[in-house]
Amino acid sequence: MSFQILLNFVIAFVWMFLNNSRAGITFVIGYILGILILFILRRFFSERFYLGRVYAVVKLLFIFLRELFKSNIAVIQDVLKPKLDIQPCIFALPITVKREWEITVLANLITLTPGTLVVDISDDNALLYIHAMNINDVDETIDDIKNTFEKAIMEVSRL
Amino acid sequence: MTEIVKYGAAILIILGALLSLITTIGIIRLPDTYTRSHAASKSATLGIMFILTGALLFFWAEKGYISARLVLGIVFVFITSPVAGHLISRAAYYTNVPLWEKTVQDDLKMKKEASSVQTVETKQKMPQHS
Repeated sequence: MSFQILLNFVIAFVWMFLNNSRAGITFVIGYILGILILFILRRFFSERFYLGRVYAVVKLLFIFLRELFKSNIAVIQDVLKPKLDIQPCIFALPITVKREWEITVLANLITLTPGTLVVDISDDNALLYIHAMNINDVDETIDDIKNTFEKAIMEVSRL
Repeated sequence: MTEIVKYGAAILIILGALLSLITTIGIIRLPDTYTRSHAASKSATLGIMFILTGALLFFWAEKGYISARLVLGIVFVFITSPVAGHLISRAAYYTNVPLWEKTVQDDLKMKKEASSVQTVETKQKMPQHS
């Protein structure tokens, strides 16, 4: 991905040299032309076209924000309820992502999800130990994490 | 237009202050370290983000000045506070801070016991090596 971005910058600079102009707008035009050229030549790269990955990162960011809002509403409900009827527990979640940055992003996402907090990671990076506010919806939470977060992270890291 | 943005900024700042207040109530009301860490790592993050966004919008509307440092501050708080919550709760667990008595399930216990057995074994072996 970084190679394609670098190549795109080089194309934009070549466009600026061809036009003999140093204005920012020339750079933008050159960059857009570079995107077109890279898109046409996309099957010569070993990785996929980089804008797809950029789109996946933006999507992940929006998932982050959405989960932050949802978790705050959940915490407010738990805290301001007159009767404290939470049932905390610690459960283990098997994860499929392997690389360290993926696990870090997943752990951060889970911490910002309603009612869950990552406490520890097993030594072989296969299990996340999560402290949950309410045991009733543990299975639902696991499904949620599997379907939305891990999928979104794998979408980013896919070649 | 600037008036609308100013009112939006005011609403954001009030919301952020309210969220910080609710975080404080949560820290007082919730029973143990881990549940408190829930409240602290989530509501405080969003509260601070709201207040900083409100300040950003206000200075943009009032002075026409977009402060890059506020944007950076929002990003840093967003990235670091879940990690802080994780580290505090992990440190609490490994220094034997008790869970609340109504806690129903504890999968982490097995791992902790296994690792503590291991450390005891290595401690027993140490004198033989030396």
